[in-house]
Amino acid sequence: MSKTLFEKIWDKHVVSAIKDGPSVFYIDRHFIHEVTSPQAFNGLNKRGIKVFRPQQTIATADHNVPTLNQHLPIQEEQSRMQVEALIKNCTAHGVELYGLGHPYQGIVHVIGPELGITQPGMTIVCGDSHTSTHGAFGSIAFGIGTSEVEMVLSTQCLLQTKPKLMRITVDGILKKGVVSKDIVLYILSKISASGATGYAVEFAGAAIRSLSMEARMTICNMSIEMGARCGMIAPDETTYAYIKGRKFAPEGVEWDKKLTYWKTLFSDVDAVFDKEYHFDAADISPMITFGTNPGMGIPITGTIPTKDTVTETDRNGLEQSLRYMGLESGNPILGQKIDYVFIGSCTNSRIEDLRMVANFVKGKRKASNVEVWVVPGSKQVEQQAIQEGIDKIFEEAGFILRQPGCSACLGMNEDKIPQGKYCISTSNRNFEGRQGVGARTLLASPLSAAAAAVTGVVSDIREWLN
Amino acid sequence: MAKKLDIIQSHFVPLPVENIDTDQIIPARFLKATTKEGFGKNLFRDWRYRNNDEAQPIKDFVLNNPLYTGSILVAGKNFGCGSSREHAAWAIADYGFNVVVSSFFADIFKNNALNNGILPVTVSERFLQQIFELSNEALLRINLFDQTIMIGSTGASESFDINPYKKTCLMNGYDDIDYLLSMKDKIQQYEMPITKSLNQLG
Repeated sequence: MSKTLFEKIWDKHVVSAIKDGPSVFYIDRHFIHEVTSPQAFNGLNKRGIKVFRPQQTIATADHNVPTLNQHLPIQEEQSRMQVEALIKNCTAHGVELYGLGHPYQGIVHVIGPELGITQPGMTIVCGDSHTSTHGAFGSIAFGIGTSEVEMVLSTQCLLQTKPKLMRITVDGILKKGVVSKDIVLYILSKISASGATGYAVEFAGAAIRSLSMEARMTICNMSIEMGARCGMIAPDETTYAYIKGRKFAPEGVEWDKKLTYWKTLFSDVDAVFDKEYHFDAADISPMITFGTNPGMGIPITGTIPTKDTVTETDRNGLEQSLRYMGLESGNPILGQKIDYVFIGSCTNSRIEDLRMVANFVKGKRKASNVEVWVVPGSKQVEQQAIQEGIDKIFEEAGFILRQPGCSACLGMNEDKIPQGKYCISTSNRNFEGRQGVGARTLLASPLSAAAAAVTGVVSDIREWLN
Repeated sequence: MAKKLDIIQSHFVPLPVENIDTDQIIPARFLKATTKEGFGKNLFRDWRYRNNDEAQPIKDFVLNNPLYTGSILVAGKNFGCGSSREHAAWAIADYGFNVVVSSFFADIFKNNALNNGILPVTVSERFLQQIFELSNEALLRINLFDQTIMIGSTGASESFDINPYKKTCLMNGYDDIDYLLSMKDKIQQYEMPITKSLNQLG
């Protein structure tokens, strides 16, 4: 019988099915971090049980860590206590921790792939909605709540109901200046912030195939912004080449065995999806958001929608959104003044993102009205950037290269955008207050963020490319 | 063991806003605690207070309006989207809600709610609008066993879906961890090298 990629992996991980209920679903890899794990460990301790499979659990500190002076003790007391709780819990339960100061520390969705922990065919969870990122390798990867973190810590399983299946195909060739972030913001603008709720989404088509692993991760990362349970892309030569030689990648005979298996991981030609969308890459321009959910995106040369032109899903929320954003219907977004530029987050903080920005800003200088923060996704990304001299390019441009962490993506540590200020951000959410109380976020690609950093206003990167 | 749910009859707090994300329910800066208690005081923090100051409540916001009370929160569609933070469910429960009614729930939030003894009730858009048009004195009656929600004053009612397993859990106060722990033998059997190599797992 024909199966989708999702079904092939799902079927292999069902331990047992409850009649009229969810399945006991086995988890291969569990990532944990300081913010959503302490209450789960408390639960285990209360029951007097240990982590069931510590060798399948990997921890890092990312959400709540400072991105300057990481060698010093964390100053803010609650944050320090949270990070200390993670250290204590990992030690007590024998879980490997890549904490502050460790050469592998970084944003959980950046380090998993870069260490070769994330592999095709796996089931991967983490108490973080952007776990969907790992689906770029052809795995079933999704975010869970803390009660579920406790379930996985104690049994390596979850109770899961099989979602419906959606395929989003993007064919054609991308235009100059358009990158994977634009693809996903475009899809979001078409299907809305709830368009894939209840579905596992497979991204397919020539335009997706043409992307590097890091670019694919950006797309799967934001599948949660459509409400999807997970996003995934079938593994191919690009995937295998990325994994090969990484720290925890299989080697020798083990590699051959796994590779043979990985090559079976694709949706069969006549596999059936519950819903399908088709898009043409040629229709996609550099994108930017104007509102307060990630589905509120427009081409960067477009105008801010009115009640009549906005999608039906966002009609009721448009007025409140624009009031919050201090923007007006009918105005162009190009030329909108920017105060901050944030280049980072699990969406766009990998070495290719930093290279993309560095290539553009080399020899240029940031506009005087903006502050530019570049936050690498991991220690390894940071080291690589230094090795390539990217740090010098940023320094000369007046950008500040900070240390790895989630930073201003969620405004949990001290990296916050002040009230009323505009930030063009390569992160994934433009919700009210996401980057700080009253902060106004415009989501865009690293290229568009770099262009705005140089001009101080929302700018069309294509003006430099011709 | 969570509290058992069966019949809930209460006034309700209306929040007719769509796409309420978990950053609104509980902003990230309040996620630094290592226990589950006390999140209710920061529920909808930045919609509740001006300048992040408890001395400056925003009068228009429904949680600051003493006329609206009850253990049922009624919100616009796509409630709980965004971050997976279970702190959102903890905040809602800690504030005193045990039911959230909406026409559409985000996946992760729905699971988090169920895992904390909060019943998410999905109703039609039309029924949701009927509720929003009611006065603050109206009562809603939710019968989990029958899977129905009824407007007290008009008698209008609708049935709602819930996974039968989850329904049993809520009605009896069971949690998934107890169930999974009881499955340990089966899980270990699944992990046996022979099963594993057959499945070619990672």
